[in-house]
Amino acid sequence: MDKEYVKPTEAQLKARRKRSIALAIALAVFVVIVYIGSLAKLGPGLFERAM
Amino acid sequence: MALVDQEHMDDTGLSLSEAAPGDFIALLKPRVMSLVVFTAFVGMVMAPGVPNPLLAIISIAAIAVGAGASGALNMWYDADIDAVMGRTARRPVPAGRVTPGEALGFGLVLSAFSVATLGLMANWTAAALLAFTIFFYAVIYTMWLKRSTPQNIVIGGAAGALPPVVGWAAVTGTVSMESLVLFLIIFLWTPPHFWALALFKSGDYERAGIPMLPNVAGHAATKKQIFIYALLLAASGILPVVAGFASFAYGAVAAILGGGFVWYSWQVLRMPESDVSMKPAKALFGYSLLYLFVLFTALLADRLLASLGLVS
Repeated sequence: MDKEYVKPTEAQLKARRKRSIALAIALAVFVVIVYIGSLAKLGPGLFERAM
Repeated sequence: MALVDQEHMDDTGLSLSEAAPGDFIALLKPRVMSLVVFTAFVGMVMAPGVPNPLLAIISIAAIAVGAGASGALNMWYDADIDAVMGRTARRPVPAGRVTPGEALGFGLVLSAFSVATLGLMANWTAAALLAFTIFFYAVIYTMWLKRSTPQNIVIGGAAGALPPVVGWAAVTGTVSMESLVLFLIIFLWTPPHFWALALFKSGDYERAGIPMLPNVAGHAATKKQIFIYALLLAASGILPVVAGFASFAYGAVAAILGGGFVWYSWQVLRMPESDVSMKPAKALFGYSLLYLFVLFTALLADRLLASLGLVS
């Protein structure tokens, strides 16, 4: 059976690329927030724990 | 059967998403968010104690995202009525740029992340209050009250009034009488603010079948209610002085601002039924936004001056 594919248009590909970049930035910001926030909340104690 | 190469199909058939990041930002209701950020910030500044500045910024961001998440959930649920109102028809979901499922998922994920972040970075009292705010706005107001009672924005206004309480709790871990005074001011401000809008947009609300007060009780009853709330609001604006956490200088500013609110409401009360342009209602709506911003700025300035020893 022949499969019929829908090819994304230029506009759809461009929108998807923008969404991907925005998602990457949001995730990176969240990682930084958790890292900085953990340091600010726990201070040096963050590293003083039993392994 | 057609297959989609790499992409997800939505319910409308073979169209693929052209939603831009800006559409998802629009789901967060940035203008409402800015008011939430500002009032939550005032709540944090007014609270006793000095929070770590980094944690304070993260807490404000979490509160902002939580408020935005509730906006996304509201737009998911209200897409049907947003589509028939001129003011909201261009929102991402009714305009077809974002699917309802995407809006729902976006709102739920951001709700969970914002509450967890606030809990971990500030405290779980503030996080619980933020979760309650989101629940109250999305479920109690949007899903229940909005379509069932003309008191929708009176009770639902509690959600919009909670951010300073959340901000205060982020610093202190408690809910205090002072933070409830800030809550009361925004709670009493909400009905006249929205009813002024509902007066000159009553056609929109009627088409959408939303039982706003002007559509259910009539314009005359709404104008009376606006005036009564304006009097209560003007009195509540002075409460921070009575409660002892703001100076008489702030009290003077609050009294003038409150007097202005009552005056604009009086103009609305006197507005004839035949007035189709409803300029007094539009003026009150504009003034109400200015009122809240200036009143909370006055509280901020008062706290700053008190910390410098310039007012008592």
